[in-house]
Amino acid sequence: MRVRAQIGMVLNLDKCIGCHTCSVTCKNVWTSRDGVEYAWFNNVETKPGLGYPTDWENQARWNGGWERTKKGKLQPKQGSKWRILANIFANPDLPEIDDYYEPFDFDYDHLKSAPEMEAFPTARPRSKITGERIQKIEKGPNWEEILGGEFSKRSEDYNFEGIEKQIYGEYENTFMMYLPRLCEHCLNPTCVSACPSGAIYKREEDGIVLIDQEKCRGWRMCVSGCPYKKIYYNWSTGKSEKCTLCYPRIESGNPTVCSETCVGRIRYLGVVLYDADKIEEAASVENDQDLYEAQLSVFLDPSDPAVIEAARADGIPEDWIKGAQQSPIWKMAMDWKVAFPLHPEYRTLPMVWYIPPLSPIQNAAEAGAISSKDGMPDVQNLRIPVKYLANMLTAGEEAPVVTALERMLAMRSYMRSKTVEGVIDEGIAARVGLTGRQIEDMYKIMALADYEDRFVIPTTHRELTEEAYDLKGGCGFTDTNGCSTGSSGTSLFGGKKRPLKMPTEAM
Amino acid sequence: MFPNLDIDFIIFGIMPYAALTILVVGSIARYERDPFTWKSSSSQLLRRKQLFWGSVLFHVGIITVFFGHLIGLFTPVWVLDAVGVPYWFKQWLAVVIGGPAGVAALIGATILIHRRVTDPRIWQHTSFADIGILVLIWLQLVIGLLTITQTLQHMDGGEMVRFMNWSQSVMTWNINAWATMVDVHWLYRAHIFLGLIITALFPFTRLVHMISGFAAPFRYLLRPGYQIVRSRRQKALPKRRPTNTTPAE
Repeated sequence: MRVRAQIGMVLNLDKCIGCHTCSVTCKNVWTSRDGVEYAWFNNVETKPGLGYPTDWENQARWNGGWERTKKGKLQPKQGSKWRILANIFANPDLPEIDDYYEPFDFDYDHLKSAPEMEAFPTARPRSKITGERIQKIEKGPNWEEILGGEFSKRSEDYNFEGIEKQIYGEYENTFMMYLPRLCEHCLNPTCVSACPSGAIYKREEDGIVLIDQEKCRGWRMCVSGCPYKKIYYNWSTGKSEKCTLCYPRIESGNPTVCSETCVGRIRYLGVVLYDADKIEEAASVENDQDLYEAQLSVFLDPSDPAVIEAARADGIPEDWIKGAQQSPIWKMAMDWKVAFPLHPEYRTLPMVWYIPPLSPIQNAAEAGAISSKDGMPDVQNLRIPVKYLANMLTAGEEAPVVTALERMLAMRSYMRSKTVEGVIDEGIAARVGLTGRQIEDMYKIMALADYEDRFVIPTTHRELTEEAYDLKGGCGFTDTNGCSTGSSGTSLFGGKKRPLKMPTEAM
Repeated sequence: MFPNLDIDFIIFGIMPYAALTILVVGSIARYERDPFTWKSSSSQLLRRKQLFWGSVLFHVGIITVFFGHLIGLFTPVWVLDAVGVPYWFKQWLAVVIGGPAGVAALIGATILIHRRVTDPRIWQHTSFADIGILVLIWLQLVIGLLTITQTLQHMDGGEMVRFMNWSQSVMTWNINAWATMVDVHWLYRAHIFLGLIITALFPFTRLVHMISGFAAPFRYLLRPGYQIVRSRRQKALPKRRPTNTTPAE
């Protein structure tokens, strides 16, 4: 056994209002630079839809994630080490920028500088890559916002697997949900395994996956390796970049920018303890639908004295153990089992968990009554098909998703009974396998979601491993290369790039 | 002041040392001082079209040619004699392997230049060094392929042995080796000159990714397993405990 700590995230999709504040604040902090205009370390998709980059979930097309060989071994779906090396000159699985979108800007200046004209001046788009006029924007970072586009296109969504999807194209049956996505900081990341340079690594102390910008050589195998397409190739610097889980903030005990600014308070951050020796076994179970359960088996109960003792022995700091005991991630993902990994069938053991959204009761008007099960609405009648959620969160296994949705309904029912009728109905809790106390805790964490309940982030103990004296006079957080800015106009190496001039049109 | 400082002495006597020094010192300096700029500078993301055939043909061809030159020029002549490889046979081999590889690389380089120049996405972000080194390599491939016309006129291998001797003499600090190159055909001389220029430009262009490319198979295949975990830990972890100490309740 080898105990390690991981900072995990839970996103409560039941509360996501799709405001994109997370995406915008993340963009402003991390990717408002040359070469990554098209990259969104965090983006929010409307589902059902093909997402960003288009059709990212379809690994038959992109070959991301892992596959289990006939011998029961895991290897990246894009190929073994030999295959990956053989593709180094031209990566057949790499998306083109048009699969994301061609970044654009508008001639805003024209709005104020235009001379007197017959027509009202407009701000027309220009490519941020070439500076040339774009006649028609074909795609954007959020092209399917609120079910934009035809159903025939959106219904290519991979999560419709095994669902008679035609009826969901009808107005009366349509459904939607938001899916905010960021790097999953996986326990078994394919990006790390696909990097020929060994530039990508997982941090032992908090599990954050980072790219060493000085070791990255731009072989771009990580971009195709990641099944979530959350590694972006910066075409200006020639290096890959990804979500850093805002590690400078996490290290000091602050939530990531996306979490801090989340208006709906849907994001949670906390520590989970896991057994690093179990990763391989859990990731290589035979049946895809067993992967969710297998992933749960990797985590260690932080209140178990034997686990605490082992964690101490493996050098986990005391406040991290305490953090793990109070972790909202542990409570929602492992204790109440209402949060699930996104696409466990990719076998990466992702560490960003999603609480499935409840939705209005379907068919209620037609049937004249709401069908119920033990006094509660039957989750099979929810507008979002359970199978759809299961395809997204549990590789198609419906039972865990049903339990989670029932528990969320039970929480509402129990609290309504308590606050409206003044009756504490333990029966409601018992029917979904919980106690009244647990349900009230759920209510506190999931419904009220106070700041200190959402973010339980112990600070990183650099003082245990670093000599402060050695760091004296250092440069703190810099882009790259010690105190260098990484982009020197007069450098002998790498040369100066021609800055992109966005021409303004003279009318 | 320097009575024997003629152009041949500069090119075949001094330049090899200058170029190799720049190559080695420059590469070490870049790797040490500015590792962030050490990269392949792939443009595949911006445009997939033409990249596959251009890049694969070019790289497979040029790597074959590169190792062909390396092995061909620097295998000591006495090794050939000892193994019993006739000179004419080795030269014939060089033409038969190097020729098609050179043609493949030339076709690839042509596609890559065409792609780089005609596609506004890529051209907009092409530095002088990017296009410059590509054109130089293209030119070098053309000259190299043209030398085959000369080579075919003397298939006894004598001329080839002369180049081998010169290359190896340079490596063994035989300062007078340049004199043997004075009367070879101008195509060979141009090829060598341009080769030395490219060698000297190596550390200042994207060519540095060659080193990473050659290192990648070793780095990647010898890496145990797939995953990499970095730790700040100063002391080694304790021995693993058996998993069963934790009751699975």
